[in-house]
Amino acid sequence: MVRVRGLRTQFGTHVVHNGLDLDLRPGEILGIVGGSGTGKSVLLRSIVGLEQTQGGTIEVLGRRVGDPADPARRALQQQWGVMFQDGALFSSLTVRENVEVPLRAVPGLADEQRQALAELKVSMAGLPWTANATYPADLSGGMRKRAGLARALALDPQILFLDEPTAGLDPIGASAFDRLIVTLRDALDLSVFLVTHDLDTLCACCDRVAVLAERKVLTTGTMAQMQKVDHPWVHQYFHGPRARAAAGKD
Amino acid sequence: MQLDVTKGDPAVPDLSIQQDGARVVLTGQLVVWTLHRLSPVPAAATLDLAALEGLDTAGAWALAQRQTAGGCVTGLSQRHATLLAAVTAALPAPQQAPLPPPGWHQALEETGRQVVGALVYLKELVGYLGRSLAALGRALRRPGRFPLTALVHHCQETGLRAVPIVAVMSFLIGVVLAFQGADQLRRFGAEIFVVDLIAISILRELGILLTAIIVAGRTASALTASIGSMKMRQEIDAMQTLGLDPDMVLILPRVLALVLMLPILGLVSALTGLLGGAIMSWVELGISPAVFLRRLDELSIGHAIVGLSKAPVFALIIGVIGCHAGMRVGKDAESLGRMTSAAVVSAIFAVIIADAAFSIFFARLGL
Repeated sequence: MVRVRGLRTQFGTHVVHNGLDLDLRPGEILGIVGGSGTGKSVLLRSIVGLEQTQGGTIEVLGRRVGDPADPARRALQQQWGVMFQDGALFSSLTVRENVEVPLRAVPGLADEQRQALAELKVSMAGLPWTANATYPADLSGGMRKRAGLARALALDPQILFLDEPTAGLDPIGASAFDRLIVTLRDALDLSVFLVTHDLDTLCACCDRVAVLAERKVLTTGTMAQMQKVDHPWVHQYFHGPRARAAAGKD
Repeated sequence: MQLDVTKGDPAVPDLSIQQDGARVVLTGQLVVWTLHRLSPVPAAATLDLAALEGLDTAGAWALAQRQTAGGCVTGLSQRHATLLAAVTAALPAPQQAPLPPPGWHQALEETGRQVVGALVYLKELVGYLGRSLAALGRALRRPGRFPLTALVHHCQETGLRAVPIVAVMSFLIGVVLAFQGADQLRRFGAEIFVVDLIAISILRELGILLTAIIVAGRTASALTASIGSMKMRQEIDAMQTLGLDPDMVLILPRVLALVLMLPILGLVSALTGLLGGAIMSWVELGISPAVFLRRLDELSIGHAIVGLSKAPVFALIIGVIGCHAGMRVGKDAESLGRMTSAAVVSAIFAVIIADAAFSIFFARLGL
């Protein structure tokens, strides 16, 4: 679904990625982990074309991204949905109107149909019906994330990019969100690119994990394979007390 | 799953519908892009989906709608059936919205709300005035707690930085008054009275009023924006938990800086206005600066005192409205913008109302 080869990103003289390779396979949930400042979010932003890259190729669904002049870019954008860390909802619109924004690009869709579809997406993201008419400022952090997810799913994308979906949620809300991601993946046949710090999320929903360190993807594999990787940072990450607690719970 | 880029192109997804008696055969993609094609098909028809290639939640939603309307769906593949089941399970149950009250009722209610809102706003403004005075009282009792650095900083921001614009504006007002006045007064041969015209209007009214309006635009917006962004990022909550008093740390230095600086700005404005008027009188009417000054001497100093005595009141109004609007900013960026522009409009409006009240007051006193 996503193929990254030899990616190089830098800000000024600070090199974030150098020779980074990564694959997202159809139907899987890929977790991206790494220490702070290793460029997890930058990688996500580069793939969806929000960040200028200095080298390498990024292909999504077999098509190069990063060329803003490409007429197929819009079509490609409709094939992915992005959920930003705090939902990034438009604050002047209600939740339902937020979800309607991408649907407005669809020709021939009647107003009532669009509203009903938006309400369906809000409901699928696990929000109560009353949330539809609420403005983002009046929602809790978890509900804003769910609303952001509903908007990302509005056009039934094939790929879903999630940036720290469970950051700032309480453990109950976070595990409910983990379950939601898996449920939606199964129901909608999504491929999910998930940037996270949360070991519980990694255990609960990721099929594979990619570790970002030393400016590239250090290693990828299942959680079980990660336990055996012999690299100081990876070892520390997956064998720390929190990792053991997360694994023990499963 | 097949990697299928063409599916993404809005022009490409296609749905063909073949009517076969009561049965309707769908082939192609039943997705959000092709949903409108399905509309003409009667809701009760039996849909045969055995040849359907693609189905998304929008398509599944349409099928679910048809099922509840008595339609029948056959030939779903395993994957599509799962999706349809998931969508059916997630169908929102709309709750009945309360009926809107009749029009006149609503209008009455709206008017009442606005009146109450305006009264509450006034009450809150008086509350903020009281809070800043109380903070001033506390600062007088314990001078060590007074944020002197902040006061000096705000004096520089609201006072010194405003000098150029206030000076230029007043100079031009003086020029305009002299120019217009000269034209009218020359017809009566009363050119010398242009000095009275300029002096009285600038010293008494225009100098301080226009300065207050400029400061209201400059400083009220800055106050709201600075306090509002601190409120948005919970800095004010943090202050309170650390035992810092927001009234003392934020409001008092800002309001006090305005109260100290606005009279000075008013004086600057009066002087530059007179300068502009004098220069224009000299050029246009041949009234030399010496004559201008002598004529000015004969006027009562009362005009200048009346003008400058309004300055602290205007300053209080601007400061209190700006700080109050800043404190009312919510969590979203939109409210910051809304409160900032509301603060400027209310401050200018309030300054003009206060000026009118002063006119009546001084007229009654005979000043």
